[in-house]
Amino acid sequence: MGIQDILSYVFVFVLATFIGFEVIRRVSPLLHTPLMSLTNAISAISLVGALLVLGAEHDALSMVLAGVAVTAATVNVVSGFLITDRMLKMFKKREPGERGTSS
Amino acid sequence: MSTQEIIAQSTYIVAAALFILSLKWLSAVPTARRGVIAGEVGMVMAIAATLLLPQIVSYRWIILTLLVGAAIGIPIAYLMPMTHVPQRTALSHSFGGLAVGLVGTAKYYLWHQHEPERLTTFIMAVLCFEVLLGFLTFTGSLMAFGKLQEIIPTRPIVYRGQNFVNLSILAIAVAIGVYLTINPAQIGIFPIFIALALAFGVMLILPIGGADMPTVIALLNSYAGISASAMGFVLENKLLVVAGALDGSSGFILSVIMCKAMNRSFTNVLFGAFGQVSPQALKAEERTVRSASPEEAADILLAASSVAIIPGYGMAVAQAQHKVRELFDQLTRRGIDVKFGIHPVAGRMPGHMNVLLAEADIPYDRLYEMEDINSELHHTDVALIIGANDVVNPAAKHDKNSPIYGMPIIEADKARTVMVIKRSMNPGFAGIENELYYMDKTLMLFGDAKAYLGELVKVIGQEK
Repeated sequence: MGIQDILSYVFVFVLATFIGFEVIRRVSPLLHTPLMSLTNAISAISLVGALLVLGAEHDALSMVLAGVAVTAATVNVVSGFLITDRMLKMFKKREPGERGTSS
Repeated sequence: MSTQEIIAQSTYIVAAALFILSLKWLSAVPTARRGVIAGEVGMVMAIAATLLLPQIVSYRWIILTLLVGAAIGIPIAYLMPMTHVPQRTALSHSFGGLAVGLVGTAKYYLWHQHEPERLTTFIMAVLCFEVLLGFLTFTGSLMAFGKLQEIIPTRPIVYRGQNFVNLSILAIAVAIGVYLTINPAQIGIFPIFIALALAFGVMLILPIGGADMPTVIALLNSYAGISASAMGFVLENKLLVVAGALDGSSGFILSVIMCKAMNRSFTNVLFGAFGQVSPQALKAEERTVRSASPEEAADILLAASSVAIIPGYGMAVAQAQHKVRELFDQLTRRGIDVKFGIHPVAGRMPGHMNVLLAEADIPYDRLYEMEDINSELHHTDVALIIGANDVVNPAAKHDKNSPIYGMPIIEADKARTVMVIKRSMNPGFAGIENELYYMDKTLMLFGDAKAYLGELVKVIGQEK
Protein backbone atom coordinates (compact mmCIF):
# COMPACT_ATOMS: atom_id res chain seq x y z
CA MET A 1 0.00 0.00 0.00
CA GLY A 2 1.57 3.26 -1.10
CA ILE A 3 0.85 6.64 0.39
CA GLN A 4 -1.67 7.33 -2.37
CA ASP A 5 -3.63 4.19 -1.54
CA ILE A 6 -3.53 4.99 2.14
CA LEU A 7 -4.95 8.44 1.49
CA SER A 8 -7.72 7.11 -0.73
CA TYR A 9 -8.72 4.64 1.99
CA VAL A 10 -8.70 7.36 4.63
CA PHE A 11 -10.82 9.44 2.26
CA VAL A 12 -13.40 6.66 1.98
CA PHE A 13 -13.39 6.14 5.74
CA VAL A 14 -13.93 9.81 6.53
CA LEU A 15 -16.75 10.20 4.01
CA ALA A 16 -18.47 7.02 5.18
CA THR A 17 -18.25 8.18 8.79
CA PHE A 18 -19.87 11.49 7.90
CA ILE A 19 -22.64 9.78 5.96
CA GLY A 20 -23.10 7.46 8.92
CA PHE A 21 -23.48 10.38 11.31
CA GLU A 22 -25.96 12.19 9.07
CA VAL A 23 -28.08 9.12 8.34
CA ILE A 24 -28.12 7.70 11.84
CA ARG A 25 -28.85 11.02 13.54
CA ARG A 26 -32.21 10.89 11.81
CA VAL A 27 -33.20 7.47 13.11
CA SER A 28 -36.11 7.73 15.55
CA PRO A 29 -35.25 6.66 19.14
CA LEU A 30 -38.22 4.35 18.76
CA LEU A 31 -36.06 2.21 16.47
CA HIS A 32 -32.72 2.32 18.24
CA THR A 33 -32.76 -1.38 19.08
CA PRO A 34 -33.46 -2.47 15.48
CA LEU A 35 -30.84 0.07 14.36
CA MET A 36 -28.25 -1.63 16.49
CA SER A 37 -29.06 -5.08 15.20
CA LEU A 38 -29.13 -3.85 11.60
CA THR A 39 -25.77 -2.08 11.76
CA ASN A 40 -24.44 -5.17 13.44
CA ALA A 41 -25.56 -7.34 10.55
CA ILE A 42 -24.10 -4.87 8.06
CA SER A 43 -20.72 -4.70 9.76
CA ALA A 44 -20.61 -8.50 9.63
CA ILE A 45 -19.57 -7.83 6.02
CA SER A 46 -16.19 -8.72 7.53
CA LEU A 47 -17.42 -12.14 6.41
CA VAL A 48 -16.09 -11.22 2.97
CA GLY A 49 -12.53 -10.95 4.31
CA ALA A 50 -12.84 -14.19 6.26
CA LEU A 51 -14.12 -16.03 3.16
CA LEU A 52 -11.09 -14.94 1.13
CA VAL A 53 -8.67 -16.25 3.75
CA LEU A 54 -10.56 -19.51 4.22
CA GLY A 55 -11.09 -20.19 0.51
CA ALA A 56 -7.44 -19.57 -0.34
CA GLU A 57 -6.53 -22.66 1.77
CA HIS A 58 -2.96 -21.62 2.56
CA ASP A 59 -2.28 -23.57 5.73
CA ALA A 60 -4.04 -25.20 8.64
CA LEU A 61 -3.62 -22.28 11.08
CA SER A 62 -5.09 -19.63 8.80
CA MET A 63 -7.91 -21.98 7.81
CA VAL A 64 -8.89 -22.71 11.41
CA LEU A 65 -8.83 -19.00 12.30
CA ALA A 66 -10.75 -18.01 9.17
CA GLY A 67 -13.18 -20.91 9.56
CA VAL A 68 -14.18 -19.74 13.03
CA ALA A 69 -14.36 -16.16 11.70
CA VAL A 70 -16.67 -17.18 8.82
CA THR A 71 -18.94 -19.02 11.24
CA ALA A 72 -19.08 -16.12 13.71
CA ALA A 73 -19.70 -13.53 10.99
CA THR A 74 -22.38 -15.69 9.35
CA VAL A 75 -24.20 -15.99 12.68
CA ASN A 76 -24.24 -12.19 12.82
CA VAL A 77 -25.39 -11.72 9.24
CA VAL A 78 -28.18 -14.26 9.49
CA SER A 79 -29.44 -13.52 12.99
CA GLY A 80 -28.91 -9.76 12.60
CA PHE A 81 -31.07 -9.29 9.54
CA LEU A 82 -33.73 -11.79 10.62
CA ILE A 83 -34.17 -10.40 14.14
CA THR A 84 -34.27 -6.83 12.85
CA ASP A 85 -37.12 -7.77 10.55
CA ARG A 86 -38.83 -9.68 13.35
CA MET A 87 -38.69 -6.58 15.56
CA LEU A 88 -39.85 -4.19 12.85
CA LYS A 89 -42.84 -6.39 12.07
CA MET A 90 -44.08 -5.76 15.61
CA PHE A 91 -44.27 -1.99 15.24
CA LYS A 92 -47.87 -1.27 14.31
CA LYS A 93 -50.04 1.79 14.27
CA ARG A 94 -53.56 1.49 15.57
CA GLU A 95 -56.51 3.80 15.96
CA PRO A 96 -57.10 4.66 19.63
CA GLY A 97 -59.99 2.70 21.10
CA GLU A 98 -59.67 -0.19 18.70
CA ARG A 99 -59.49 -3.67 20.22
CA GLY A 100 -56.03 -5.01 20.92
CA THR A 101 -56.55 -8.35 19.24
CA SER A 102 -56.77 -6.91 15.74
CA SER A 103 -53.56 -6.16 13.93
CA MET B 1 -7.36 -6.24 -12.65
CA SER B 2 -9.09 -9.43 -13.72
CA THR B 3 -12.69 -9.47 -14.91
CA GLN B 4 -13.83 -11.14 -11.68
CA GLU B 5 -12.11 -8.47 -9.66
CA ILE B 6 -13.77 -5.68 -11.62
CA ILE B 7 -17.13 -7.40 -11.10
CA ALA B 8 -16.40 -7.80 -7.40
CA GLN B 9 -15.33 -4.17 -6.93
CA SER B 10 -18.37 -2.88 -8.84
CA THR B 11 -20.65 -5.08 -6.78
CA TYR B 12 -19.03 -3.72 -3.63
CA ILE B 13 -19.91 -0.18 -4.72
CA VAL B 14 -23.55 -1.17 -5.17
CA ALA B 15 -23.51 -3.00 -1.84
CA ALA B 16 -22.08 0.06 -0.06
CA ALA B 17 -24.85 2.22 -1.55
CA LEU B 18 -27.45 -0.32 -0.46
CA PHE B 19 -26.08 -0.32 3.09
CA ILE B 20 -26.38 3.46 3.28
CA LEU B 21 -29.94 3.32 1.89
CA SER B 22 -30.70 0.57 4.35
CA LEU B 23 -29.85 2.83 7.30
CA LYS B 24 -31.61 5.78 5.72
CA TRP B 25 -34.83 3.80 5.34
CA LEU B 26 -34.56 2.55 8.90
CA SER B 27 -35.07 6.12 10.15
CA ALA B 28 -38.88 5.78 10.27
CA VAL B 29 -41.22 2.87 10.86
CA PRO B 30 -43.09 2.92 7.50
CA THR B 31 -39.89 2.45 5.45
CA ALA B 32 -37.88 0.47 7.99
CA ARG B 33 -38.54 -3.02 6.64
CA ARG B 34 -37.51 -1.87 3.18
CA GLY B 35 -34.23 -0.93 4.83
CA VAL B 36 -33.71 -4.49 6.03
CA ILE B 37 -34.31 -5.81 2.52
CA ALA B 38 -31.81 -3.34 1.05
CA GLY B 39 -29.23 -4.47 3.58
CA GLU B 40 -29.87 -8.13 2.83
CA VAL B 41 -29.60 -7.63 -0.93
CA GLY B 42 -26.34 -5.72 -0.50
CA MET B 43 -24.96 -8.45 1.73
CA VAL B 44 -25.90 -11.32 -0.60
CA MET B 45 -24.47 -9.48 -3.61
CA ALA B 46 -21.18 -8.78 -1.83
CA ILE B 47 -20.82 -12.38 -0.67
CA ALA B 48 -21.65 -13.80 -4.13
CA ALA B 49 -19.17 -11.50 -5.87
CA THR B 50 -16.49 -12.47 -3.36
CA LEU B 51 -17.07 -16.17 -3.83
CA LEU B 52 -16.41 -15.78 -7.58
CA LEU B 53 -12.95 -14.31 -7.01
CA PRO B 54 -10.03 -16.45 -8.29
CA GLN B 55 -8.24 -16.39 -4.88
CA ILE B 56 -10.82 -18.86 -3.65
CA VAL B 57 -9.55 -22.28 -4.65
CA SER B 58 -12.03 -24.46 -2.81
CA TYR B 59 -15.53 -24.15 -1.43
CA ARG B 60 -15.65 -27.19 0.84
CA TRP B 61 -14.88 -25.40 4.11
CA ILE B 62 -16.70 -22.26 3.04
CA ILE B 63 -19.95 -24.16 2.51
CA LEU B 64 -19.56 -26.00 5.79
CA THR B 65 -18.83 -22.92 7.90
CA LEU B 66 -21.57 -20.87 6.21
CA LEU B 67 -24.06 -23.62 6.96
CA VAL B 68 -22.95 -23.93 10.57
CA GLY B 69 -23.21 -20.14 10.98
CA ALA B 70 -26.70 -20.08 9.48
CA ALA B 71 -27.74 -23.05 11.61
CA ILE B 72 -26.76 -21.11 14.73
CA GLY B 73 -28.05 -17.74 13.52
CA ILE B 74 -31.57 -18.71 12.43
CA PRO B 75 -32.69 -20.16 15.80
CA ILE B 76 -31.14 -17.18 17.61
CA ALA B 77 -33.18 -14.79 15.47
CA TYR B 78 -36.49 -16.59 15.87
CA LEU B 79 -36.34 -18.12 19.33
CA MET B 80 -34.71 -15.31 21.30
CA PRO B 81 -37.41 -13.67 23.45
CA MET B 82 -37.60 -9.90 23.03
CA THR B 83 -36.65 -9.38 26.68
CA HIS B 84 -33.32 -11.00 25.76
CA VAL B 85 -32.52 -8.73 22.82
CA PRO B 86 -29.77 -6.92 24.80
CA GLN B 87 -28.07 -10.26 25.41
CA ARG B 88 -28.25 -11.19 21.74
CA THR B 89 -26.87 -7.83 20.77
CA ALA B 90 -23.95 -8.18 23.18
CA LEU B 91 -23.28 -11.66 21.82
CA SER B 92 -23.32 -10.46 18.24
CA HIS B 93 -20.86 -7.67 19.06
CA SER B 94 -18.59 -10.30 20.54
CA PHE B 95 -18.88 -12.51 17.43
CA GLY B 96 -18.16 -9.50 15.24
CA GLY B 97 -15.08 -8.63 17.29
CA LEU B 98 -13.93 -12.25 17.23
CA ALA B 99 -14.24 -12.54 13.44
CA VAL B 100 -12.26 -9.34 12.92
CA GLY B 101 -9.57 -10.32 15.41
CA LEU B 102 -9.16 -13.78 13.93
CA VAL B 103 -8.92 -12.60 10.34
CA GLY B 104 -6.34 -10.00 11.36
CA THR B 105 -4.34 -12.69 13.14
CA ALA B 106 -4.58 -15.09 10.18
CA LYS B 107 -3.46 -12.36 7.78
CA TYR B 108 -0.48 -11.48 9.95
CA TYR B 109 0.73 -15.08 10.16
CA LEU B 110 0.20 -15.63 6.42
CA TRP B 111 2.00 -12.49 5.37
CA HIS B 112 4.77 -13.00 7.89
CA GLN B 113 5.45 -16.39 6.34
CA HIS B 114 4.83 -15.80 2.65
CA GLU B 115 4.91 -12.08 1.84
CA PRO B 116 6.75 -10.23 4.62
CA GLU B 117 7.15 -7.23 2.30
CA ARG B 118 3.41 -6.56 2.65
CA LEU B 119 3.78 -5.88 6.37
CA THR B 120 4.57 -2.21 5.93
CA THR B 121 4.58 0.10 8.92
CA PHE B 122 1.14 1.46 8.06
CA ILE B 123 -0.46 -1.96 7.50
CA MET B 124 1.14 -3.34 10.65
CA ALA B 125 -0.09 -0.40 12.73
CA VAL B 126 -3.65 -0.76 11.44
CA LEU B 127 -3.50 -4.54 11.82
CA CYS B 128 -2.43 -4.23 15.46
CA PHE B 129 -5.22 -1.70 16.06
CA GLU B 130 -7.72 -4.04 14.39
CA VAL B 131 -6.62 -7.08 16.40
CA LEU B 132 -6.52 -5.16 19.70
CA LEU B 133 -9.96 -3.66 19.19
CA GLY B 134 -11.43 -6.88 17.77
CA PHE B 135 -10.32 -9.09 20.64
CA LEU B 136 -11.17 -6.61 23.38
CA THR B 137 -14.63 -6.23 21.87
CA PHE B 138 -14.89 -10.02 21.84
CA THR B 139 -14.23 -10.56 25.55
CA GLY B 140 -15.78 -7.24 26.61
CA SER B 141 -19.04 -8.11 24.89
CA LEU B 142 -18.96 -11.64 26.27
CA MET B 143 -18.69 -10.08 29.73
CA ALA B 144 -21.58 -7.76 28.93
CA PHE B 145 -23.54 -10.80 27.78
CA GLY B 146 -22.69 -12.60 31.02
CA LYS B 147 -23.86 -9.65 33.10
CA LEU B 148 -27.09 -9.22 31.14
CA GLN B 149 -27.80 -12.94 31.37
CA GLU B 150 -26.84 -12.72 35.07
CA ILE B 151 -24.23 -15.45 34.75
CA ILE B 152 -21.84 -12.87 36.21
CA PRO B 153 -23.07 -10.56 39.02
CA THR B 154 -24.65 -7.47 37.45
CA ARG B 155 -23.31 -5.18 40.15
CA PRO B 156 -20.00 -3.44 39.47
CA ILE B 157 -17.03 -5.55 40.51
CA VAL B 158 -14.44 -3.18 41.88
CA TYR B 159 -11.17 -3.40 43.75
CA ARG B 160 -8.47 -0.98 44.80
CA GLY B 161 -6.25 0.23 41.99
CA GLN B 162 -8.60 -1.11 39.35
CA ASN B 163 -8.16 1.79 36.97
CA PHE B 164 -4.39 1.56 37.37
CA VAL B 165 -4.41 -2.17 36.54
CA ASN B 166 -6.70 -1.67 33.55
CA LEU B 167 -4.74 1.21 32.12
CA SER B 168 -1.49 -0.68 32.67
CA ILE B 169 -2.77 -3.66 30.68
CA LEU B 170 -3.85 -1.34 27.90
CA ALA B 171 -0.55 0.53 27.98
CA ILE B 172 1.49 -2.69 27.75
CA ALA B 173 -0.70 -3.92 24.89
CA VAL B 174 -0.28 -0.64 23.02
CA ALA B 175 3.48 -0.72 23.64
CA ILE B 176 3.70 -4.23 22.18
CA GLY B 177 1.57 -3.07 19.26
CA VAL B 178 3.98 -0.22 18.60
CA TYR B 179 6.95 -2.60 18.90
CA LEU B 180 5.33 -5.02 16.41
CA THR B 181 4.62 -2.16 14.05
CA ILE B 182 8.31 -1.29 14.00
CA ASN B 183 9.48 -4.93 14.00
CA PRO B 184 6.85 -6.99 12.17
CA ALA B 185 9.19 -10.01 12.20
CA GLN B 186 8.84 -10.44 15.99
CA ILE B 187 5.99 -12.90 15.58
CA GLY B 188 6.76 -14.56 18.93
CA ILE B 189 5.17 -11.79 20.99
CA PHE B 190 1.99 -11.65 18.93
CA PRO B 191 0.18 -14.20 21.15
CA ILE B 192 1.03 -12.05 24.19
CA PHE B 193 -0.47 -9.09 22.39
CA ILE B 194 -3.68 -11.06 21.78
CA ALA B 195 -3.79 -12.27 25.38
CA LEU B 196 -3.51 -8.69 26.66
CA ALA B 197 -6.28 -7.52 24.33
CA LEU B 198 -8.53 -10.34 25.57
CA ALA B 199 -7.69 -9.57 29.20
CA PHE B 200 -8.33 -5.86 28.79
CA GLY B 201 -11.82 -6.57 27.40
CA VAL B 202 -12.68 -8.54 30.54
CA MET B 203 -11.20 -5.99 32.94
CA LEU B 204 -12.93 -3.09 31.19
CA ILE B 205 -16.42 -4.49 31.75
CA LEU B 206 -15.94 -5.88 35.30
CA PRO B 207 -16.65 -2.54 37.05
CA ILE B 208 -19.71 -1.75 34.94
CA GLY B 209 -23.14 -2.17 36.45
CA GLY B 210 -26.46 -3.11 34.90
CA ALA B 211 -27.77 0.45 34.66
CA ASP B 212 -24.81 1.43 32.48
CA MET B 213 -25.38 -1.38 30.02
CA PRO B 214 -27.14 0.80 27.39
CA THR B 215 -24.05 3.00 27.11
CA VAL B 216 -21.61 0.12 27.19
CA ILE B 217 -23.46 -1.90 24.56
CA ALA B 218 -23.53 1.15 22.30
CA LEU B 219 -19.82 1.71 22.88
CA LEU B 220 -18.96 -1.91 22.11
CA ASN B 221 -21.10 -1.58 18.99
CA SER B 222 -18.92 1.31 17.96
CA TYR B 223 -15.71 -0.66 18.67
CA ALA B 224 -16.95 -3.61 16.60
CA GLY B 225 -17.62 -1.25 13.70
CA ILE B 226 -14.31 0.57 13.89
CA SER B 227 -12.39 -2.71 14.08
CA ALA B 228 -14.24 -3.96 10.97
CA SER B 229 -13.32 -0.72 9.24
CA ALA B 230 -9.65 -1.18 10.20
CA MET B 231 -9.86 -4.66 8.74
CA GLY B 232 -10.93 -3.06 5.46
CA PHE B 233 -7.66 -1.08 5.43
CA VAL B 234 -5.64 -4.24 6.05
CA LEU B 235 -7.44 -6.31 3.42
CA GLU B 236 -7.66 -3.37 0.99
CA ASN B 237 -11.42 -3.70 0.82
CA LYS B 238 -13.34 -0.42 0.67
CA LEU B 239 -16.73 -2.04 1.27
CA LEU B 240 -15.46 -3.17 4.67
CA VAL B 241 -14.17 0.32 5.37
CA VAL B 242 -17.58 1.81 4.58
CA ALA B 243 -19.70 -0.76 6.42
CA GLY B 244 -17.44 -0.61 9.47
CA ALA B 245 -17.52 3.19 9.48
CA LEU B 246 -21.34 3.17 9.34
CA ASP B 247 -21.51 0.74 12.26
CA GLY B 248 -18.86 2.66 14.16
CA SER B 249 -20.62 5.99 13.80
CA SER B 250 -23.96 4.44 14.71
CA GLY B 251 -22.56 2.98 17.92
CA PHE B 252 -20.86 6.26 18.70
CA ILE B 253 -24.03 8.33 18.23
CA LEU B 254 -26.02 5.92 20.39
CA SER B 255 -23.45 5.99 23.17
CA VAL B 256 -23.42 9.80 23.12
CA ILE B 257 -27.22 9.80 23.38
CA MET B 258 -27.06 7.35 26.28
CA CYS B 259 -24.39 9.38 28.08
CA LYS B 260 -26.42 12.57 27.70
CA ALA B 261 -29.51 10.79 28.99
CA MET B 262 -27.59 9.99 32.15
CA ASN B 263 -25.70 13.28 32.31
CA ARG B 264 -22.40 11.42 32.40
CA SER B 265 -19.21 11.36 30.40
CA PHE B 266 -17.61 8.37 28.65
CA THR B 267 -14.76 8.27 31.14
CA ASN B 268 -17.23 8.33 33.98
CA VAL B 269 -19.17 5.39 32.55
CA LEU B 270 -16.03 3.37 31.89
CA PHE B 271 -14.05 4.20 34.99
CA GLY B 272 -16.59 5.57 37.43
CA ALA B 273 -18.14 2.29 38.64
CA PHE B 274 -21.55 3.89 38.95
CA GLY B 275 -24.05 2.11 41.11
CA GLN B 276 -21.90 1.07 44.04
CA VAL B 277 -24.08 1.20 47.06
CA SER B 278 -22.82 4.19 48.96
CA PRO B 279 -22.84 3.93 52.77
CA GLN B 280 -25.24 6.80 53.43
CA ALA B 281 -27.81 5.35 51.05
CA LEU B 282 -27.99 2.26 53.21
CA LYS B 283 -29.26 4.22 56.20
CA ALA B 284 -32.85 3.14 56.30
CA GLU B 285 -34.98 6.22 56.70
CA GLU B 286 -38.25 5.78 58.45
CA ARG B 287 -40.63 7.73 56.30
CA THR B 288 -44.19 6.88 55.60
CA VAL B 289 -45.58 6.05 52.21
CA ARG B 290 -49.17 5.57 51.14
CA SER B 291 -50.01 2.28 49.54
CA ALA B 292 -53.13 1.23 47.69
CA SER B 293 -54.93 -1.99 46.83
CA PRO B 294 -55.70 -2.96 43.21
CA GLU B 295 -59.34 -1.93 43.79
CA GLU B 296 -58.36 1.58 44.90
CA ALA B 297 -55.87 1.89 42.05
CA ALA B 298 -58.52 0.76 39.56
CA ASP B 299 -60.95 3.42 40.81
CA ILE B 300 -58.35 6.16 40.39
CA LEU B 301 -57.45 4.98 36.88
CA LEU B 302 -61.08 4.82 35.84
CA ALA B 303 -61.72 8.31 37.15
CA ALA B 304 -58.83 9.69 35.09
CA SER B 305 -59.13 11.08 31.62
CA SER B 306 -55.42 10.84 30.80
CA VAL B 307 -52.85 8.30 31.98
CA ALA B 308 -49.11 8.22 31.31
CA ILE B 309 -47.42 4.85 31.78
CA ILE B 310 -43.69 5.00 32.46
CA PRO B 311 -42.05 1.61 32.07
CA GLY B 312 -38.56 0.62 33.16
CA TYR B 313 -36.35 -2.42 33.23
CA GLY B 314 -38.44 -3.86 36.08
CA MET B 315 -41.31 -4.30 33.62
CA ALA B 316 -39.08 -6.42 31.40
CA VAL B 317 -37.81 -8.46 34.34
CA ALA B 318 -41.35 -9.19 35.48
CA GLN B 319 -42.39 -9.97 31.86
CA ALA B 320 -45.30 -7.63 32.49
CA GLN B 321 -45.57 -6.03 29.03
CA HIS B 322 -48.55 -8.15 27.94
CA LYS B 323 -50.46 -7.28 31.09
CA VAL B 324 -49.62 -3.64 30.39
CA ARG B 325 -51.21 -4.10 26.97
CA GLU B 326 -54.38 -5.48 28.56
CA LEU B 327 -54.56 -2.49 30.88
CA PHE B 328 -53.93 -0.18 27.92
CA ASP B 329 -56.80 -1.81 26.00
CA GLN B 330 -59.24 -1.58 28.88
CA LEU B 331 -58.47 2.05 29.57
CA THR B 332 -58.52 3.19 25.93
CA ARG B 333 -61.79 1.34 25.39
CA ARG B 334 -63.26 3.50 28.15
CA GLY B 335 -62.09 6.61 26.35
CA ILE B 336 -59.13 7.27 28.61
CA ASP B 337 -56.12 8.70 26.82
CA VAL B 338 -53.12 6.45 27.53
CA LYS B 339 -49.59 7.41 26.57
CA PHE B 340 -46.26 5.77 27.28
CA GLY B 341 -43.24 7.81 28.34
CA ILE B 342 -39.96 6.16 27.40
CA HIS B 343 -36.70 7.36 28.92
CA PRO B 344 -33.69 6.87 26.60
CA VAL B 345 -31.90 4.65 29.12
CA ALA B 346 -34.94 2.67 30.26
CA GLY B 347 -34.07 -0.98 29.83
CA ARG B 348 -30.73 -2.52 29.13
CA MET B 349 -30.05 -1.19 25.63
CA PRO B 350 -31.10 1.82 23.54
CA GLY B 351 -34.73 1.50 22.45
CA HIS B 352 -35.32 -1.69 24.44
CA MET B 353 -38.66 -0.59 25.96
CA ASN B 354 -40.09 0.35 22.57
CA VAL B 355 -39.43 -3.12 21.20
CA LEU B 356 -40.99 -4.81 24.24
CA LEU B 357 -44.12 -2.65 24.06
CA ALA B 358 -44.41 -3.08 20.31
CA GLU B 359 -44.15 -6.83 20.80
CA ALA B 360 -47.08 -6.60 23.22
CA ASP B 361 -49.04 -4.96 20.38
CA ILE B 362 -49.08 -1.45 21.75
CA PRO B 363 -49.30 0.93 18.78
CA TYR B 364 -46.03 2.79 18.37
CA ASP B 365 -47.75 6.18 18.00
CA ARG B 366 -48.58 5.86 21.72
CA LEU B 367 -44.90 5.67 22.65
CA TYR B 368 -43.55 9.12 23.54
CA GLU B 369 -39.97 10.24 23.91
CA MET B 370 -38.89 11.85 27.15
CA GLU B 371 -39.18 15.50 26.00
CA ASP B 372 -42.61 14.89 24.46
CA ILE B 373 -44.11 13.17 27.48
CA ASN B 374 -42.66 15.82 29.81
CA SER B 375 -44.59 18.55 28.06
CA GLU B 376 -47.79 16.54 28.66
CA LEU B 377 -47.30 15.40 32.24
CA HIS B 378 -48.40 18.55 34.06
CA HIS B 379 -51.92 18.09 32.69
CA THR B 380 -51.96 14.31 33.01
CA ASP B 381 -54.21 12.81 35.69
CA VAL B 382 -52.25 9.69 36.54
CA ALA B 383 -48.61 8.76 36.02
CA LEU B 384 -48.27 4.99 36.39
CA ILE B 385 -44.68 3.91 36.91
CA ILE B 386 -43.89 0.26 36.25
CA GLY B 387 -40.44 -0.96 37.18
CA ALA B 388 -38.70 2.38 36.64
CA ASN B 389 -36.88 4.18 39.43
CA ASP B 390 -33.93 6.49 38.83
CA VAL B 391 -35.36 7.86 35.57
CA VAL B 392 -38.30 9.40 37.50
CA ASN B 393 -36.37 10.52 40.59
CA PRO B 394 -36.97 14.28 41.10
CA ALA B 395 -33.68 14.49 43.04
CA ALA B 396 -31.97 14.58 39.66
CA LYS B 397 -33.44 18.05 39.20
CA HIS B 398 -32.65 19.76 42.48
CA ASP B 399 -30.48 17.68 44.84
CA LYS B 400 -26.89 18.60 44.09
CA ASN B 401 -25.64 15.81 46.37
CA SER B 402 -27.52 13.10 44.55
CA PRO B 403 -25.36 10.83 42.36
CA ILE B 404 -27.88 11.27 39.57
CA TYR B 405 -28.02 15.07 39.83
CA GLY B 406 -28.34 16.65 36.38
CA MET B 407 -29.69 13.55 34.68
CA PRO B 408 -32.73 14.38 32.55
CA ILE B 409 -35.76 12.60 33.97
CA ILE B 410 -39.35 11.91 33.09
CA GLU B 411 -41.20 14.34 35.32
CA ALA B 412 -43.76 11.94 36.72
CA ASP B 413 -44.03 14.15 39.82
CA LYS B 414 -45.84 16.76 37.70
CA ALA B 415 -48.86 14.51 37.18
CA ARG B 416 -51.87 14.96 39.47
CA THR B 417 -51.56 11.47 40.93
CA VAL B 418 -48.53 9.21 40.82
CA MET B 419 -48.78 5.45 41.16
CA VAL B 420 -45.71 3.26 41.42
CA ILE B 421 -45.77 -0.50 41.02
CA LYS B 422 -42.82 -1.80 42.99
CA ARG B 423 -41.86 -4.98 44.81
CA SER B 424 -40.80 -3.33 48.06
CA MET B 425 -39.28 -0.14 49.38
CA ASN B 426 -35.72 -1.37 48.68
CA PRO B 427 -33.82 1.38 46.91
CA GLY B 428 -33.24 0.75 43.22
CA PHE B 429 -30.18 -0.37 41.41
CA ALA B 430 -28.10 2.67 42.19
CA GLY B 431 -29.09 2.52 45.85
CA ILE B 432 -30.52 6.02 45.67
CA GLU B 433 -33.59 6.97 47.66
CA ASN B 434 -36.45 8.20 45.51
CA GLU B 435 -38.35 11.06 47.13
CA LEU B 436 -41.13 10.61 44.58
CA TYR B 437 -42.35 7.67 46.68
CA TYR B 438 -42.89 9.88 49.72
CA MET B 439 -44.89 12.61 48.04
CA ASP B 440 -48.47 13.21 49.15
CA LYS B 441 -49.86 12.49 45.71
CA THR B 442 -47.98 9.23 45.37
CA LEU B 443 -49.54 5.81 45.90
CA MET B 444 -47.31 2.77 46.14
CA LEU B 445 -48.73 -0.37 44.58
CA PHE B 446 -46.66 -3.12 46.19
CA GLY B 447 -46.24 -6.40 44.37
CA ASP B 448 -44.79 -8.14 41.37
CA ALA B 449 -45.56 -5.98 38.33
CA LYS B 450 -47.12 -8.79 36.34
CA ALA B 451 -49.25 -10.11 39.21
CA TYR B 452 -50.35 -6.64 40.29
CA LEU B 453 -51.30 -5.60 36.77
CA GLY B 454 -53.19 -8.88 36.42
CA GLU B 455 -55.24 -7.99 39.51
CA LEU B 456 -55.77 -4.45 38.26
CA VAL B 457 -56.97 -5.65 34.87
CA LYS B 458 -59.33 -8.12 36.52
CA VAL B 459 -60.84 -5.46 38.79
CA ILE B 460 -61.26 -2.98 35.94
CA GLY B 461 -62.79 -5.73 33.78
CA GLN B 462 -65.49 -6.29 36.43
CA GLU B 463 -66.43 -2.62 36.66
CA LYS B 464 -69.26 -1.63 34.44
